[in-house]
Amino acid sequence: MTTFLTPELSAHWDEPDSFTLAGYRRTGGYQALPKALAMSPDQVIQLLKDSGLRGRGGAGFPTGNKWAFIPQGDGKPHYLVVNADESEPGACKDMPTLLADPQELIEGIVIACYAFRADRAFIYVRGEVLHVARRLMHAVAEARAAGYVGTNILGSGFDLEVVVHSGAGAYICGEETALLDSLEGFRGQPRLKPPFPAIAGLYACPTVVNNVESIASVPYIVKHGAADFASFGTERSKGFGLFSLSGHVTTPGQYEAPLGTTLRELLEVAGGIRAGHRLKFWTPGGSSTPLFTEEHVDVPLDYESVAAAGSMLGTRSIQLFDETTCVVRVALRWAEFYQHESCGKCTPCREGSYWVVQLMRDLENGKGSESDLAKLLDICENITGRAFCALGDSIQPSIASSIKFFRDEYLEHLRHGGCPFDPAASTLFALESA
Amino acid sequence: MALSDEARARLAPAAAEIIGRYPKSRSALLPLLHLVQSEEGYVSQDGIAYCAEQLGLTEADVTGVVSFYTMYKRKPVGEYHVGVCTTALCAVMGGDVILADLKEHLGVEVDEPTPDGKVSVEHVECNAACDYAPVMMVNWEFFDNMTPQSARDVVDGLRSGAEVKPTRGAPQLCTWKQASKILAGFPDGQAAEGITAGGPTLAGLRIAKEQGWRPDGDSK
Repeated sequence: MTTFLTPELSAHWDEPDSFTLAGYRRTGGYQALPKALAMSPDQVIQLLKDSGLRGRGGAGFPTGNKWAFIPQGDGKPHYLVVNADESEPGACKDMPTLLADPQELIEGIVIACYAFRADRAFIYVRGEVLHVARRLMHAVAEARAAGYVGTNILGSGFDLEVVVHSGAGAYICGEETALLDSLEGFRGQPRLKPPFPAIAGLYACPTVVNNVESIASVPYIVKHGAADFASFGTERSKGFGLFSLSGHVTTPGQYEAPLGTTLRELLEVAGGIRAGHRLKFWTPGGSSTPLFTEEHVDVPLDYESVAAAGSMLGTRSIQLFDETTCVVRVALRWAEFYQHESCGKCTPCREGSYWVVQLMRDLENGKGSESDLAKLLDICENITGRAFCALGDSIQPSIASSIKFFRDEYLEHLRHGGCPFDPAASTLFALESA
Repeated sequence: MALSDEARARLAPAAAEIIGRYPKSRSALLPLLHLVQSEEGYVSQDGIAYCAEQLGLTEADVTGVVSFYTMYKRKPVGEYHVGVCTTALCAVMGGDVILADLKEHLGVEVDEPTPDGKVSVEHVECNAACDYAPVMMVNWEFFDNMTPQSARDVVDGLRSGAEVKPTRGAPQLCTWKQASKILAGFPDGQAAEGITAGGPTLAGLRIAKEQGWRPDGDSK
């Protein structure tokens, strides 16, 4: 085997009480916070910059820079909003993180707020995960009782309140400005940028919006130092992160590894594609990222290499599909997802997603003609770059890449007068009975 | 359903607590809607009026928000509301079959409760548990790696009053109304119940330990 995994954030998830304050402290938790409080806030920001940590929510923006954008001495309240609205198809790392280790996030929140001088943090967690909400509220209460949250934290004079806020079912609220509108009690629709949240975010005040995993990485960086963290990963994609393997893989799950690890390496430790089958296509970073195929298994999974190979690292949400899977069906279902989740604010996304779904349904059902492929791609191109936010831009990648790699499979639907695949063959139960 | 005076009195302290969490009161709207849903089981016109009154908004303002979010129901759903994930990966792994089978088994359409009021079903979009596909939620608790038969067993158990436990979640399954109360920010004391992590969550950690790959013994 050529790789090794680096369970750092996930190091103690197998402890039966890892989600409690006692369990977290027993395994080294809350050692980073006093260290951070002994530094100046600007030193903490510099530490994050030096670590090279890039946002783990998909966009990969350097976290330390984001913190440094918050204007200091402006007399306005500053806010941290943790984006725990994980809902990108394929993304399944933040919810298990919060179930198993919510204190890791809370410690990161306190350090982050100290650094960019915020006195209130909100954790916006998607609504459809009841036990995650319980664990988060429990963690905040325990942290408050122990003096890690509240007034004069560890005698530092620093005050912070943390509020857990459950959403109500809307993928778009993972987009940071839509999330802010939702948190302000409105429909979750994106805002025009600029101004960016660092200048006018929550209640028009300077706000940092960070992903769960980004903030959960902060205690490690403070405790072990920027150089330690930066020693993992690649030149421009530093550190480690959770790679989520799902679908037709022998051992699906969370694999924490340095950025730059390849799918071949991950599959080696995960037991490969399910027995008797071979990889057909996969997403490196969720449904918003162009598909990869077997020929991409050696692409280093870092921001630059994945982009150079024509896709995006995104949230490292690796969905694997074997040869029993109809790529047209999968692309159609993602198109339906974006149609369902389009917020309706801008015309290209709202109307375009409906046209795309109609054409994709016809193609999956073997209706239409080859010229529909060109029409479909044309509509996709007219959405991308013209939509208000990234949701609209997410419609094209899976469709365009599936046509690029599997054009003949689309045509086979037309020749066959319907989908030539047996959907039963790709289910988990087929896997179990095989 | 009308929100009775008793219900309003019961909601008052909770509503005040919710509003107190935020620097600006309108931020309280989403949790307040979860709160009225916990009272009535859905968001009625009275519930909308109640939230509008609390926050000094118009009913139209509140209605616009309610209609945007899929978790707010405008009609009663079952005491146990089942969501089957049918986004691409779960659909392929069996979610499509499970949803179709459940609707046929129960003889209901989406969001329509069974005649005993116990169970309703809907499709949900990706629920952040792809490594446990196909996934089903009951009142927003995780039921992992479902099959058509195990899904039937769950809803049959819910209708007959048998004990039904989520794979990852509180062993004492909440009702729909109780779940809504938790989402409004009022926990039920079950946070420490249930497992820390399921098998797939621990897959990488387990393999790394087997291989002796932990680069740092005390790794926090």
